[in-house]
Amino acid sequence: MEHYYQPEIECASQEQIRQWQSQRLVQTVHRVYENVPYYREKMKAKGVEPGDIKSAEDLRFLPFLTKDDLRDAYPYGLMAAPLSDCVRIQSTSGTTGRRVVAFYTQHDLDLWEDCCARAIMAAGGTKEDVVHVCYGYGLFTGGPGLNGGSHRVGSLTLPMSSGNTDRQIQFMCDLGSTILCCTPSYAAYLAETICERGLRDQIKLKAGIFGAEAWSEEMRQDIQDKLGIKAYDIYGLTEISGPGVSFECSEQTGMHINEDHFIAEIIDPNTGEVLPEGSKGELVFTSITKEAFPLLRYRTRDICVLTRKPCSCGRTHVKMSKPMGRSDDMLIVKGVNVFPSQIETVLLNKGYPANYQIVVSRENNSDRLEVLVEMTPEMFSDSVSLINQKERELIEALKSMLGIYAAVKLVAPKSIARSEGKAVRIIDNRKLY
Amino acid sequence: MTVKQISIFLENRPGRLSELTGLLEQNQLNLRALSLAETTDFGILRIIVSDPYQAVTVLKEAGYVCSVTKVLAVELPDRPGGLFDVLRVLGEGGVNLEYTYAFTARKKGAACLILRVADNDAAIEVLGKNGVRPLCQEELNDLFDD
Repeated sequence: MEHYYQPEIECASQEQIRQWQSQRLVQTVHRVYENVPYYREKMKAKGVEPGDIKSAEDLRFLPFLTKDDLRDAYPYGLMAAPLSDCVRIQSTSGTTGRRVVAFYTQHDLDLWEDCCARAIMAAGGTKEDVVHVCYGYGLFTGGPGLNGGSHRVGSLTLPMSSGNTDRQIQFMCDLGSTILCCTPSYAAYLAETICERGLRDQIKLKAGIFGAEAWSEEMRQDIQDKLGIKAYDIYGLTEISGPGVSFECSEQTGMHINEDHFIAEIIDPNTGEVLPEGSKGELVFTSITKEAFPLLRYRTRDICVLTRKPCSCGRTHVKMSKPMGRSDDMLIVKGVNVFPSQIETVLLNKGYPANYQIVVSRENNSDRLEVLVEMTPEMFSDSVSLINQKERELIEALKSMLGIYAAVKLVAPKSIARSEGKAVRIIDNRKLY
Repeated sequence: MTVKQISIFLENRPGRLSELTGLLEQNQLNLRALSLAETTDFGILRIIVSDPYQAVTVLKEAGYVCSVTKVLAVELPDRPGGLFDVLRVLGEGGVNLEYTYAFTARKKGAACLILRVADNDAAIEVLGKNGVRPLCQEELNDLFDD
C-alpha cells in the first residue's frame, strides 16, 4: 500500500499544482524585488518588473541565477528575510568562492522537513519504522534533512551520522533499523560488509533512501540484492534546501519534484532556451516558498529529463530522471562537490604549474580521488624525504580546499595526456551516468 | 674534492629506467655508478657518468627533471674493514650520511664509495684529519680506461 505524508498535496491535480505555483511565484518575485537589491538589479538589467510575472508561465522572463551569483552575493546578498528571523545555516563543503551558505527560517526548516518526510513515506516509512540516518550531520544537509523528515513521520530516528561502520552495523542489528539513509556508495559498502560477516539475517532493513551522489541502476540492483531491500533515490541541493527536493516512489522510475515548493524547468545549457517536456537539458529550480533564501531560476548544472506521465504511485508531481551528467566540470566525490578550478588554485598557490589531472575511481564502493601532478625542476630535489614532504603539504592544502582527502601522484613532465593541445583534466572511471 | 652526481626524477612505471639508459647509450654516455631510491609512486635515480655536463644537457633536452648534486667519492682500500674504517671516521666526526652507494673501478680493481652528506666541507675535513682524501672529478675519471 502506498503511503503519503501529505496526500492532498502529493496527489493534487495538475491544475491545482499550477495554481499554487503561479500564486507563490508572483508573491516570491514581489518579495525578492523589494527586499533583495541583488535580485532587483538583476531584474532591472533584464528589463523585468515584478508586475510582468503574472503566473508560472512568465517564469521564463526572469534572469537565471548561477553559482557565480551565489559567490558574488556571499554571504548575505541573497537573503530575503532579516537575519534575526533565521534559525539555521547549512553549507556545502567547498571553500572560497565555491562554498554555498544557505539560511533557513523556522518555516523554511518545517517545509524542508516536510519534503524529507514525503520521501521517507514514499519509501514505505511509517511511525512503526526505525530510520537509520548515516548521512553526515553538521553543515552538510543530508543528516539534518532526513533526521527532521523522520521525526515528522513519527519514526524512531537513529542519528548515526557517517563513519564507524562497525557501530553502524551493530546498531542496525541491535536496534532493528528498517530504513537506511546514506550515500549509495556507503550503502553498497555496508551491504558488502554485512554479507561478508554473515549478518544478513540479523538485519531488519526493508528500504534505503540513497542520494547526494550519482549512482547507476546496476549499483541499485547490487544494493537491493545484497541487503534484500528496495533502494530509493533522493535528490536535492543545499542552494534549494537540501535532500528532498525530489524523491523516488515505489515505481522507481524517476524522482517526484515537490512542485508545491519548487518549479522545475529544463533548459538548453548553451542558449538558456526552455525546452519542452521530455527533452534532455539542464535542470533549473525556482524556490517559491522559501522565506530566507529563495532562489529564482537557479541553474543546477545537472543534466536530466522531466516527465509528466501518470505515475502508478498516485503522485501527480513531475518526475525527473536521475542526473545524466553535468553541464559544467563539477565532480561529486564522496558526496562532496569538487571543481577542477579548486585543485588548480591549490597548485598555483603552492607554486606549481597547473599541470594536473584528476582521476576519480570507485574502489570497494568508495570513491577515490587522485591528483596527478607533473614534476617540475623547482619541486625536484635529490632527497626523497624533501619531495615527500612537499607531497604531504600539497595533500594537506588540497584537503583544506576540498574537504576530502585526495591522493597526490607525481608524474613525469609532459606525461599528462593532452588532446589537441588541451590537457585532459578529468578522468572519471566510475561510470556513473 | 667533490664529484658531480646527477639525480633524475623517474615515474614509477614499466620501461622508465630502460628509456633513460637508452638515451645515455645513444649519446655515448658511460655510466660509472648508479643507485635508485624508490617510493610507491616515483623514484630518484642517482648516477655518476663520464661527462656530467653533457649528460645533464641531454637529459634536460629529453624533458627529464634532474639536478646536479656534489657528492664525495672515496677510494676504499681493498681489504677487510676498508669500508668500516671510513664510516667509523665519519661517525666519530659527527658527520651524518644521507645515503651511500659503491662501485668498483675496473682499471685498478679499486672499490669506490659515493657519500652524500649534508655538509661536504665538514666531511672532507674529518676525512682529511684521518688521512683520507676524497677524489675530484678528474681523479674519478682516471679510475676508468675510457
